[in-house]
Amino acid sequence: MSENTLRLTNISKSFAGVHALHGVQLELHSGEVHALLGENGAGKSTLVKVITGVHQPDTGEIYLNDRRIHLADPRAAAAQGISAIYQELSIFPDLDIAENIFVGRRPTLVSGWVDWRKIYREAEQLLSSLGIRLNLKTKARHLSIAQQQMIEIARALSVNARFLIMDEPTSALTLNEVADLFLIVRRLREAGTAILFISHRLEELFEIADKVTVLRDGAYVDTRAMNGVTQEDLIRMMVGRTIKDLFPKKDVEAGEVVLRVKNLTRKGIFKDVSFELRKGEILGMAGLVGAGRTEVSQAIFGVAPADEGTIEIEGQSVHITNPGQAMQHGLALVPEDRQHHGLVLPMDITENVTLPILSRFSSRGRLIMEGARRAAYEASSRLEVRATTVWQKARELSGGNQQKVVLAKWLSTNPRILILDEPTRGIDIGTKAAVHSLMSDLAAQGIAILMISSELPEVLGMSDRILVMHEGRVTGLFSRSEATQEKIMLAATQAV
Amino acid sequence: MTTDHPAASKRSLFSFFAQYRELALIGFILLLIVVISLQSPGFLTFTNFQDILLNISILAMIALAQGMIIITRGIDLSVASTLALVAMMVSFVLKAYPETPVILIVLLAIGLGSVLGSVNGLIITVGKVPPIIATLGTLSIYRGLVFFYSNGDWINPIDLPSGFKQLAKGTSLGLPNLVIVAIIVAIIAYIFLNYIQAGRDIYALGTNPEAAKISGIRTQQITFMVYVISGIICGLAGVMWASRYEAAQTNTALGFELQTVAAAVIGGVSMLGGIGTVPGVLLGALLLGIIQNGLTLSSISQFWQLAVQGFLILLAVISDATIQRRIRTTMTRGFAK
Repeated sequence: MSENTLRLTNISKSFAGVHALHGVQLELHSGEVHALLGENGAGKSTLVKVITGVHQPDTGEIYLNDRRIHLADPRAAAAQGISAIYQELSIFPDLDIAENIFVGRRPTLVSGWVDWRKIYREAEQLLSSLGIRLNLKTKARHLSIAQQQMIEIARALSVNARFLIMDEPTSALTLNEVADLFLIVRRLREAGTAILFISHRLEELFEIADKVTVLRDGAYVDTRAMNGVTQEDLIRMMVGRTIKDLFPKKDVEAGEVVLRVKNLTRKGIFKDVSFELRKGEILGMAGLVGAGRTEVSQAIFGVAPADEGTIEIEGQSVHITNPGQAMQHGLALVPEDRQHHGLVLPMDITENVTLPILSRFSSRGRLIMEGARRAAYEASSRLEVRATTVWQKARELSGGNQQKVVLAKWLSTNPRILILDEPTRGIDIGTKAAVHSLMSDLAAQGIAILMISSELPEVLGMSDRILVMHEGRVTGLFSRSEATQEKIMLAATQAV
Repeated sequence: MTTDHPAASKRSLFSFFAQYRELALIGFILLLIVVISLQSPGFLTFTNFQDILLNISILAMIALAQGMIIITRGIDLSVASTLALVAMMVSFVLKAYPETPVILIVLLAIGLGSVLGSVNGLIITVGKVPPIIATLGTLSIYRGLVFFYSNGDWINPIDLPSGFKQLAKGTSLGLPNLVIVAIIVAIIAYIFLNYIQAGRDIYALGTNPEAAKISGIRTQQITFMVYVISGIICGLAGVMWASRYEAAQTNTALGFELQTVAAAVIGGVSMLGGIGTVPGVLLGALLLGIIQNGLTLSSISQFWQLAVQGFLILLAVISDATIQRRIRTTMTRGFAK
């Protein structure tokens, strides 16, 4: 493949007078993996949309091999060999694998007639070139997220993408799947594709990227060779300040046992799960995706009760069959999937935050909005939610701010036991640090926290004790001092 | 990456029915035929089945259009009103000019239908009105136009020329023309939805509208198109209706839209969009037709017909929901591997 360069200079873009991008530059070369880094709201998504022709820049130029080009719409970008794999996968669940690859440009015989034989033949070739063996007639709905991603990559390759943009491709993958993905990324790089790689996981970037460009608040910070920077450098560039300790867990004397789970079992999902959670303690739950951790937390919270086993809260045996009862017992659950389970996206911040405590603001069946607004305002300013007003709709907020709203919502119930499922997944480092220090404060106030996390540094940094699960069973329990990455991974990957 | 996908290894009864909805329907229809023929001997005869086919032809045609629209996550509630308005208008033309060639009348009906369908399409795509609201509006407007146009008068058999009456009732190849028209519509629909670019785009749009847009599918045009197609089929159905019943009335096909939705949903079209097949919808219409016929033969009241129809819709939707849940659990469990 020939040498190709895509160069963006002095790109600016405003929405309703607010600068989303301001004087940004970027250069992508064939055979290079270029990382794009920045906090949420730094302008990464907007930049991607400019490159893919979804947005047109207000100022600035785009050059392909030193020839100025205009990308009027996604089709124009695709015609130049620019292809993107978005964070929210653009897979078609009810179409089969082969058709998924060719949607939008199916080969045709005569005008309009779909050439199915060609579709299956080419899909077969594409997948085998990626080293993937799948039944082409399988509906995409039945694939894992990692497999769906491979389909998207195949789709990008099918248009001979010279420039491939990958927006957070690893955020939903397990470690093994990430390794598979990186294998393919490297193969593409060798074949001469230019790759723009967006991820919040810094460790990954050191593994895969050649160069890194950092954005902050819509502005260009710097472009560096990856082997010339450290994690600390990158974080400093991103946040504009040094974060000495990403995981500032304060030492708290653990109090009495508030939650005791014994032999909890849900058939086919998890078995004989037992542990204790103390006042002021953060108990980390580690394991691979699908190990049954989320299901255990849902059993405790009454979303999907267990078949067998007992749960004691402050020494009292309880039987919780729905979330309402769990809340009465002082439990709160911040779910993993904030968009579906944590927030009501079309509602505003006030409505979201006060949802579990509405009864406090009602008088003879009528809602007193002023009280609700004040409570929402207090909760969201305590968590530093960045929003224009408390009437802003949840769907308009960035990922990090959405997570803060979910936290504000559950903290407003004054829980004694807080379950956090992947509390910082997909949110930027600044917000992450804020969430971590909040967790630490809450523990210091005597709240018992059960934290499910797939990020080992987070588990190691935040937890007083670490419980590891594998295929529905507890396979390890470590204290903060004895836990290491290796021990946890060992317990998480093979039953001990 | 090389492992088989998890759901495939767990072949449950549910995933079987999820993939072969048509087989489940055929099984149910056969069972029904056995049960009804035991009750009423007149059921299992050639003439009776010809009757059933004649009765469901118009339903099947419109149910195909309805199914296609539901696949795009829309709905067309105005189908019955469109049918009635076209039937009334072409009948008035025939009453005034009985010599008009039948073919011209059919083309006129199709033209009128496409105009009414484009109005729906424009309200939905340009006006950004949700389909259910837009077509609820035109349901009333078109029905109102029937009254306005006819001044409340009916078109009676005597007003229609005999050549026109033969349009639906005459036979070729041993089948009534109406049944043949329905079969042709079904064949065209099958080819369109399986082999034509725009037809496949309907599924892509329904299963993931955002991704469809990103993939360069002109989603607005596709949406507009399905309502125009629905209008065309309703226009054709309208002229056939007038010919078959030799009449056009202000209450022609009143409430018929719900039957078309029922046939589509029973036939496996998902209200969530993206799923549905031509054979499925045809079987859905056939099932409704057999039930109506069977209940009529057994002289069971109209109320029970409606109740059975409602029960079937609920059964179809509940089984779909269960299947979806099952699929989701097998999927999430698959990640553990």
